[in-house]
Amino acid sequence: MARKVSTRRKLAFTAAAWAVALIIFFPVLWTILTSFKTEASAVASPPEFLGADWTLENYVEVWGRSDYPRFFWNSVVISVGSTLLGLLIAIPAAWSMAFVPGKRTKDLLMWMLSTKMMPAAAVLIPMYLLFQWTGLFDTRIGLVLALMLMNLPVIVWMLYTYFKEIPGEILEAARMDGANLRNEIIYVLTPMAIPGIASTMLLNIILAWNEAFWTITLTTVDAAPLSAFIASFSAPQGLFYAKLSAASTMAIAPILILGWFSQKQLVRGLTFGAVK
Amino acid sequence: MTMTLRALLGATALLTLSGAAMAETTITVATVNNGDMIRMQGLMDDFYAKHPDIKVEWVTLEENVLRQNVTTDIATGGGQYDVLTIGTYEVPIWGKLGWLESLNDLPADYDVDDLLPAIRGGLTVDGNLYASPFYGESSFVNYRKDLAEKAGITISETPTWDEIKAAAAAMTDTEAGIYGICLRGKAGWGENMAFLTTMANSYGARWFDENWMPQFDQPEWKAVMTDYVEMLTKYGPPGASNNGYNENLTLSLQGKCAMRMDATVSAGALTDPKQSEFAGQVGFALAPDAGLGKRANWLWAWSLAIPASSDAKEASKTFINWATNKDYLALVASKEGWANVPPGTRTSLYANPEYAALPFAKLTIDSINAADPTNPAVKPVPYVGVQFVAIPEFAGLATSVGEIFSAALAGQKTVDEALAEAQALSVEEMTAAGYIK
Repeated sequence: MARKVSTRRKLAFTAAAWAVALIIFFPVLWTILTSFKTEASAVASPPEFLGADWTLENYVEVWGRSDYPRFFWNSVVISVGSTLLGLLIAIPAAWSMAFVPGKRTKDLLMWMLSTKMMPAAAVLIPMYLLFQWTGLFDTRIGLVLALMLMNLPVIVWMLYTYFKEIPGEILEAARMDGANLRNEIIYVLTPMAIPGIASTMLLNIILAWNEAFWTITLTTVDAAPLSAFIASFSAPQGLFYAKLSAASTMAIAPILILGWFSQKQLVRGLTFGAVK
Repeated sequence: MTMTLRALLGATALLTLSGAAMAETTITVATVNNGDMIRMQGLMDDFYAKHPDIKVEWVTLEENVLRQNVTTDIATGGGQYDVLTIGTYEVPIWGKLGWLESLNDLPADYDVDDLLPAIRGGLTVDGNLYASPFYGESSFVNYRKDLAEKAGITISETPTWDEIKAAAAAMTDTEAGIYGICLRGKAGWGENMAFLTTMANSYGARWFDENWMPQFDQPEWKAVMTDYVEMLTKYGPPGASNNGYNENLTLSLQGKCAMRMDATVSAGALTDPKQSEFAGQVGFALAPDAGLGKRANWLWAWSLAIPASSDAKEASKTFINWATNKDYLALVASKEGWANVPPGTRTSLYANPEYAALPFAKLTIDSINAADPTNPAVKPVPYVGVQFVAIPEFAGLATSVGEIFSAALAGQKTVDEALAEAQALSVEEMTAAGYIK
C-alpha cells in the first residue's frame, strides 16, 4: 500500500515537473514554431498550429538580409572573452576572500553585488561618453571589458561559494609541502574547483550571450552581436513576427545547444550549496 | 638606375594620387525595420553604380531602440551615425535643438517643391528642411464592399462618425465571425493613442489648451471615449484592447473585419490577391468627421536626416538625394511595380497616370492633404502634430494614457474613471515638466 502511494506521488511529481518545464519552455517552443510559419499564419487569430502554413522562407530571407556569421562571431568573442577575462580576475579574488578573509570581506562581497542592483540606464551617458573618448565604441574589446565588469560580481560570488566548500586544510597541506601561492591556486585549488569554475563559466557565457542593453547601445556595425541581429528584425507594430522568430531562433540556437550539452554542470553549479 | 628610380617614384606618386581620388567614404545609416526600408537595401546596387566612392553600412533597429540609440548619440555628439531614419514626431523637436543638419542645399534635381506640402511642413523648422521624406502615410477607412452590400448600406467616400457607427452595427455578424469595426486598442503612443488623438481632433477635443492644460476632463473627450469603447465593445473583435496595427490588418486580410480605420500604407496588402482573398472587395473612404471641419486622419512620414555630429555630411546628402529623389520612385516602379513605390512624399507621383490608377492612390493623397500638423484640432492648440504632440514628454505621457484607455476598453475601468486618471496624470507630468506654471 505504502509503495502504491509512493508511486502515485512519484507520478504526480513527475507530471508536475513536466508541466512546469513545458510552461517555462513554451515561449521558446512557440518562437521556434512561429519561425516556420508564413507571416499571415504567424499572427492568425486564433493561433494556428496544425493547419498553419509551414515554410522555410523566413530563414532564407533572414540569412540573405543580414551577415549572420559576423553577428555570431562577435557574440562568441564577446561572451567567451568577457567570461575568461572575468575568471582570470575573479579566481584570485575569490581565493583571497574564501581563504584569507579580512574584517570587511563580507561587506566587500555585498558591495560588489550591490553594483548589480543599479539599473543599467542610470550609467548610460557616462558609459557612452567613456566609450567614445577611449575609442572603444563599436569594438569587441570594448564589449568584452564592459560585460566582464558587469558580470564580475556574479563570477566572484559564485567562485567564492565553491571555494568555501574546499577544506582549508588541503591548501595548508600543500603549503607545508612547499607549494607557493601560485602553485597552490593552479595545482591544488583550481583542479578541485573545476566543476564550480566550469558552471560559473557556462552561466556567464549565457549571461553575456543574452545581454541586450549594452551590446545594442555600444555598437553599430563592427562589433554588433546577435542581440543587435534580433533587434534588426523587430518592429514595435509587430510586423514580420515570423522573420523575427526565425532571427531569434538563429540567435538562441547556439546557446541552447551549449546549455543542453552542459545542463548537468549547470544544474550542479546553480544548486551547489543550496541544500545544507 | 636613376631612370628606374624616377619611374618607380612617379608610379608611386600616381598610385597615391589615384588612391586619394578613389578614397571611399563610409556612411552609417540607422534605419527601422519596415518593408520600404528593406526594399531600399535591396536596391543599393543602383546607388553604388552611381556613387562608387561611397560605402553604406546599415544599422537596422527596432523603432524604439533606434530612437534611444540615436538620441544618446546625438545628445553626446558621438557621431556614430551619418544618416538617421526618423519620424515626424522627432524632426521638429530635434531640428529646434540644432541636432540636425539643414537639407536646404540639396541639388536642384532633388526638386524640393515637389514634396507634398503637408509632409514638407512637418519636416521644416524655421524655414529649414531638416529631413527628407522617404515614405509618408495618413489613415483612412477600408471596408468590405460585399458585406456592405449584403447589409444594404453604402459608405460614402467622406463618411461621418454616425455613418461609421451605423455601418458597423449593420455589418456585424458575430456568429459568422464578422466584426463591424476594427480599431487600434493596444496601448502605446504610436498605437491606440495615435488613433484616439485623431478621433479626438475630429470630435473637437484636444490634448492641451493654449496654456498647456490637459483637456481630458472636457465633454469632447468623454464623447470620444464613450463612442470608442461602445463601438469596439459592441461591434469589435474579441480582445480588441490587445489589437494593434498588425493584428487588425491580419483580421482584415482574413475578411473578419467588415471595416477598419488605420494607416493608408496597408492599402497595398489589402488589395493584393496574394495576401487576401477579399482583395477585390475592398472599398476605401476618408477618415470620418463629426461635422466640425476636422477628419480623423493622421499624418506620418519616415524621413532621412543627417545628425549635426556626422563627419560625412556631403556623402550623406548624396545618399539622401538618391534615396528620396523622384528617380528612386521610378527605380522601385521599374523593379517592383508601382504599387510598391514608397507613397506619400511627392506630388509628381500622384500626377503619374500609372500610379493614379491604383485603387488607393487618390484617397491616400486626399487623406494626406486633409491633415494639417500645424493646426490639427478644431480648437486652438499650442502644439504641432496631428496624432501626436511634438514635445519630448509626449511619448512617455501618451503611452501611460494609452495604458489607461486600453484598460477602459478591456472593461477594467469605466470611461469616467479612465478620463479622470488620464487628466490627473497629465496635469502632474506637465507640471513637473514646467509647462504648467
